[in-house]
Amino acid sequence: MTQPAAIKIRAAVPALWSDYLQLLKPRVMSLVVFTALTGLVCADTAMNPVLAGVAILCIAVGAGASGALNMWYDADIDARMRRTRGRPVPAGKVAGAEALALGVTLSLFSVMLMGMTTNWLAAGLLAFTILFYAVVYTMWLKRSTAQNIVIGGLAGALPPAIGWAAASGDAPLNAWLLVLIIFVWTPPHFWALSLYTAEDYARAGVPMMPVVKGAASTRRQIFLYSLALIPVCLAPAFTGLGGPVYLAIAATGGMVFLLLAWRVLRSKAGDAPDERIEGEDRLYAVRAGAKDARNLFAVSILYLALLFAALLGEHLLGVAPLELLS
Amino acid sequence: MMPETIERPRYDAEAFRKARAGRNIALGLGLMAFVIIVFVVSVIRMGANVQPHF
Repeated sequence: MTQPAAIKIRAAVPALWSDYLQLLKPRVMSLVVFTALTGLVCADTAMNPVLAGVAILCIAVGAGASGALNMWYDADIDARMRRTRGRPVPAGKVAGAEALALGVTLSLFSVMLMGMTTNWLAAGLLAFTILFYAVVYTMWLKRSTAQNIVIGGLAGALPPAIGWAAASGDAPLNAWLLVLIIFVWTPPHFWALSLYTAEDYARAGVPMMPVVKGAASTRRQIFLYSLALIPVCLAPAFTGLGGPVYLAIAATGGMVFLLLAWRVLRSKAGDAPDERIEGEDRLYAVRAGAKDARNLFAVSILYLALLFAALLGEHLLGVAPLELLS
Repeated sequence: MMPETIERPRYDAEAFRKARAGRNIALGLGLMAFVIIVFVVSVIRMGANVQPHF
């Protein structure tokens, strides 16, 4: 006689408010808030502190909204990647339609409130950033080209200009210099990460640089972008934006960044294990290379944070900028 | 013969009620914060346009 089926009960998980918060990518949001605040303070314009706080809140909510739209559209990709499969939509905690509704609602609220609180240049830049990230990057570039994070990086680079515009109603050259720093910083930062997560991206069918062009080409491009990043990061000391502390951090941090990028270039990061090498030694060279890529990834975050912290600190404390060109 | 195992999700009504209550409170607080922000911003913006009377 067949025994009755043993029923293994697995409780269905209800969606908590914190799952909706996770849709807004709080970690990314914190970096956006930091760079936007730096832009706002660097504008050196007197602003009501409450209005400044609301402007920063709008930028944070707008960034969160684009994160929710990204998680709605990319649920299929996220489900196939180890790094992202625990996100609320692929994990089945939040329905895709709810993520979409949250993203659209918060986008509208953040842009309208930004326009009402500050000015419509800042609101327009915020709307452009959300649309660029959700439509141009997420729906188009991410699945179609290896240059996805290069062009798409513009969305992550714009918050300082939004902050600057919110404070002054204007976006001068120095505001765009801050944008350029993040824009040029993005490729080496993301490609360093993708060198040791390329397998995940390949499984999900995302054409990241190491998947499409190979690890060696990615390592070369990381080094070239790092070379370009150093003068861009030094530029604020010549344009009346950065002071002596900024210059010291940009120069020394830049050298460390370049050294790590050089080590990645010389490493085997992202390479498949060499079949000719026997035993555990085969993986050792590859793992050591992955460590170089991890180091560059970690230091890139620290470098950007220190650069913006230096600018923020100098402008808050009233340290005179260098203006080396004048 | 080994018993067949069937995975069947259980609907935990109490957990769902608690989660919904948590979401409703978060939504309510968010909306309240939005109303307060709009009010405060309106007062500050209008105040900036008021001419001093003395």
